[in-house]
Amino acid sequence: MTEHAASPRRGDNPAANAPAPQHVVETMTGAQSLIRSLEAVGADTVFGIPGGAILPAYDPLMDSAKVRHILVRHEQGAGHAATGYAQATGKVGVCMATSGPGATNLVTPIADAYMDSVPIVAITGQVSSKAIGTDAFQEADICGITMPITKHNYLVTDPAEIPRVIAEAFHIAATGRPGPVLVDIAKDALQATTTFRWPVEAALPGYRPVTKPHAKQIREAAKMLVGAKRPVLYVGGGVIKARATAELRILAELTGAPVVTTLMALGAFPDSHPQHLGMPGMHGSVPAVTALQKSDLLFTLGARFDDRVTGKLDGFAPYAKIVHADIDPAEIGKNRPADVPIVGDAREVLADLIVAVQAEFDAGHKGDYTEWWEKLDEWKKTYPIGYEPAPGDELSPQQVIERIGQLVGPEAIYAAGVGQHQMWSSQFIRFEKPGTWLNSGGAGTMGYAVPAAMGAKAGRPEAQVWAIDGDGCFQMTNQELVTCALNGIPIKVAVINNGSLGMVRQWQTLFYNQRYSNTVLHAGPGHDGIEPPAQGTRIPDFVLLSEAMGCVGLRCERPEDLDDVIRQAMEIDDRPVVIDFIVHQDAMVWPMVAAGTSNDEIQFAKGVRPDFGDDSD
Amino acid sequence: MSKHTLSVLVENKPGVLARIASLFSRRGFNIDSLAVGPTEHPDVSRMTIVVNVEDLPLEQVTKQLNKLVNVIKIVELDQAAAIQRELVLVKVRADNETRSQIVEIVQLFRAKTVDVSPEAVTIEATGSSDKLEAMLRMLEPYGIKELVQSGLVAIGRGARSITDRSLRALDRSA
Repeated sequence: MTEHAASPRRGDNPAANAPAPQHVVETMTGAQSLIRSLEAVGADTVFGIPGGAILPAYDPLMDSAKVRHILVRHEQGAGHAATGYAQATGKVGVCMATSGPGATNLVTPIADAYMDSVPIVAITGQVSSKAIGTDAFQEADICGITMPITKHNYLVTDPAEIPRVIAEAFHIAATGRPGPVLVDIAKDALQATTTFRWPVEAALPGYRPVTKPHAKQIREAAKMLVGAKRPVLYVGGGVIKARATAELRILAELTGAPVVTTLMALGAFPDSHPQHLGMPGMHGSVPAVTALQKSDLLFTLGARFDDRVTGKLDGFAPYAKIVHADIDPAEIGKNRPADVPIVGDAREVLADLIVAVQAEFDAGHKGDYTEWWEKLDEWKKTYPIGYEPAPGDELSPQQVIERIGQLVGPEAIYAAGVGQHQMWSSQFIRFEKPGTWLNSGGAGTMGYAVPAAMGAKAGRPEAQVWAIDGDGCFQMTNQELVTCALNGIPIKVAVINNGSLGMVRQWQTLFYNQRYSNTVLHAGPGHDGIEPPAQGTRIPDFVLLSEAMGCVGLRCERPEDLDDVIRQAMEIDDRPVVIDFIVHQDAMVWPMVAAGTSNDEIQFAKGVRPDFGDDSD
Repeated sequence: MSKHTLSVLVENKPGVLARIASLFSRRGFNIDSLAVGPTEHPDVSRMTIVVNVEDLPLEQVTKQLNKLVNVIKIVELDQAAAIQRELVLVKVRADNETRSQIVEIVQLFRAKTVDVSPEAVTIEATGSSDKLEAMLRMLEPYGIKELVQSGLVAIGRGARSITDRSLRALDRSA
């Protein structure tokens, strides 16, 4: 059992959230038992919407002094908010919905949390047990539907099971490889009288995550690390989830090995650190991508060789031996065979590795990476992340995002949607701390940013929370700004408005002969997507829309106004703020490895392949 | 590709079969044969799953199965060190002329005649799939009217048990 097993993982005040120690046996309804169980596991915030089947649970929820319910505008918002809350606080996020469509609206955020291993518990009402299977009103087999996208799920028809199931759900969500757990409770189980008992004993004979790494494998890994000539620490989201960033830094500085952090791991290692090469992958930095390609040892920590990192798998890191440490044994060897597999919690793995590497040093074995660093430094110098300024006095989206990062700083939390603005955020915001970058990495869920930022701000009200969103994404989930405005959740939203589905447009530019089929958002079907939009004809008007939702709406169209509008937004703290940044529509994300090609084919800019001096290999 | 026999101990709970079956289809693996039944422990069921895969994907499917919360233990049974059985019930056309020949085949394969009528006999046979296949080949010329066959079940040879340790753990946690 790890230190973050039964209790919350990384709360600001874990003691306040710890399960109540005294034994309780009380008679009450299933609904009351549910709320008491949520209180007992330390859930302090629930995002949800009531409806017929979950209605009994909402009655005692109204009286709970410990659980705050935030009434969202769409269940998808509740799910992503739970995810944002979980990633910002390190605790389990909770969302709640009714049966049928309420539950199916949670499917996208549950799938999203599953892909990014985020601990959330979704509680849904189900039709009465006698009606299950009859195609009753608002009936959907949500357990069947979410089976492949949850770590585990439960259908509860016996009210006596509610406390145990809730305790197990939170335990499963938070431990091992974290993930979403769904608890579907029949309406009659909520209404029935039952006995609430706490604490409860979990009955999970088949659930035993391995957290302690194998000592022999650790020694072998340490030996390979000091013996390698061109190692790279390939760091994934698991390092943040295991709260192992301090240990990572110690190992990195002890060995002097370069570090790359994946999209899910931004903030695990300071961007400002000289050993940091940036993000690998399709839109990663040239030094990070190239370091993996030329490496002789990928020291993989909590990462999973995702196709967006590896590119064409058989061309990925062809010279590298693989050390692969992950809490999930199924990830090891799934995409790339591992020479040294290590199953364990990243924090325990790193702690043991530090000791093992030190032992190698003491025995006189120390890696010499001088030659490697000469190359790496040259790539860093020659191929820094940058962008072409926008033509005329247009705003370039990269500049907007870069300035937000600079002015708002690394203490804030940033949430992004999916697309170009997400990649630019990953490239141009400097992340220094874990838990400051929320995005939909695995699932690529457009519309993630606003509700995730809402969840993060609800969980960490003292933090400044910025959603960096695209105009396409924003139109999917912006209604949650109403929730923010009404519930005192003053997030900032920067809409990077290029009038189109920018990432798809970029692919159309590069691979579809600039035929902009259905990617123009600011005009109807007659528009060719090439002419910029005429001023004043924007539909919708994001400023007016935001003001209608109780937010402050601002607009910025020229570079000279950029700093002022960001500062203006930072000063407002009583309402959400939305800034509509009208940006150049043809900006593209570079570097890029085209889908299905090898990482060796990385382009630094359009048509420009870096010179790596390949002959040396 | 080669056949592998997996013995999977699972919690006896609703939906477990669906979880396992959907995991196989979702991850792109085909199940050749599947049999589910009780064990000596009332809370535990045992599935015997035969899959036709290479070693590497087998490792992946085993690891994915292990991640299912309701799966307690998975053991791959080595073909040579395990007893593997299937059951077949087959209804064969028979008249006064052929019945005795059919009964002779039944005896050869140590099968049983379990039902007789003027036009047919029904035969019950257990054994390895090879044996059952051989028997069915012999019966085929007489006319197979109906055939039903179980999934494969298997158990390791010798005194060792794959269940006792995990079931003891289960009793302790209960």
